[in-house]
Amino acid sequence: MHAFKDSGHLFRVAAVFVAGILLFLVVRSFLVPKSFGQYGHYRGDAMAEAAARPVNFAGHETCETCHVEVLDKKKDGKHAHVNCEACHGPQAKHADDPASVQPAKLDTAVLCVRCHEANAAKPKSFPQVASADHSSGLACDTCHQPHSPAITDGGTK
Amino acid sequence: MSITRRHMLLLLPAAAVAWKHVLAGTPESSPNYTMSQHWWSMLIDLPKCIGCGNCVRACQTENDVPDGYFRTWVERYHVSDYDIENPHVDSPDGGKKGFPPAKEEGGKNFFVPKLCNHCADSPCTQVCPVGATFISPDGVVLIDKKYCLGCRYCVQACPYGCRFINPKTETAEKCTLCYHRITKGLTTACCESCPTGARQLADLKNPHDPIHEFLKTHSVQVLKPYMATHAKVFYSGLDGSVR
Repeated sequence: MHAFKDSGHLFRVAAVFVAGILLFLVVRSFLVPKSFGQYGHYRGDAMAEAAARPVNFAGHETCETCHVEVLDKKKDGKHAHVNCEACHGPQAKHADDPASVQPAKLDTAVLCVRCHEANAAKPKSFPQVASADHSSGLACDTCHQPHSPAITDGGTK
Repeated sequence: MSITRRHMLLLLPAAAVAWKHVLAGTPESSPNYTMSQHWWSMLIDLPKCIGCGNCVRACQTENDVPDGYFRTWVERYHVSDYDIENPHVDSPDGGKKGFPPAKEEGGKNFFVPKLCNHCADSPCTQVCPVGATFISPDGVVLIDKKYCLGCRYCVQACPYGCRFINPKTETAEKCTLCYHRITKGLTTACCESCPTGARQLADLKNPHDPIHEFLKTHSVQVLKPYMATHAKVFYSGLDGSVR
């Protein structure tokens, strides 16, 4: 029993450690969010927060529920697979309240060249023009109907 | 069954409620979204990219990306005939306003859109000291803005340069693969606005996704495969000079 005659101070140190660990666990349980570790070493709620953001682009399926006639115009043309918002821009607010939020009228002279201005890096099969030479300053929709751009009856204006 | 006016009047409020849900829903309240059933990736069909910058602009409006910073951007490569190892790359304002005519004559010229590769073994999530960035169960590398300290480890760790520190919030930021859209059944803003279909969102866990047929029938590469990040942005027709 001689070996343990001064063991009292060991128990006192152990008690301090145990108290410290308990305090750490209590504080930790308050500070760590409930969802931390739900799926891994991160806050599970973070995904719901990332997903809760409102959308700006409504998606072509939403557009097509109302604008069936445009879909009809597009379907046989070269722009059949170009989504509405690729040109018209984000329209979720319009889809949400079609009566009071109206999309801006587009300027084809600015819009069309974004894609169709000639550039050496564009794929060779993609239709490109040097806009300055091609239309001598006229807006593209003088001759081309943007929803189905092939010229069939001499233009829309 | 033909839809009468009475039916239409009954359907409209239901559609309005559904649309409100699309605008403000969360994965928990989206009845059709189960994280474990998806493994998101993206396909970039390079021969279709025309460098219009639609994706860059769409990303900035959809995600409030500050000016001068990019979650996605488009690079233009010029590979001269005599030095294929050292391409000349430019990306004026991330390609947001398109590209001016090329300075160099001849050679090989093409566009490469870039974004977070949503790596399955992502270096950026491994270095985060606080668990602020992670790979979600559906395969998207996300950032928890409330947990991020802004220590910039992840910005340095990303071999693709896809992260930046938002000057307003001082937290790390990157492409979320439009997590707020894909969880609602929509495609990403960049894919939605891509006029040629060069960018396509793909779900590797969906057996009916056209990506599977595409991967089988095309030569597909990821960026920096030697980094063993298991990147999930697949490039079709990728030139060897692309870094």
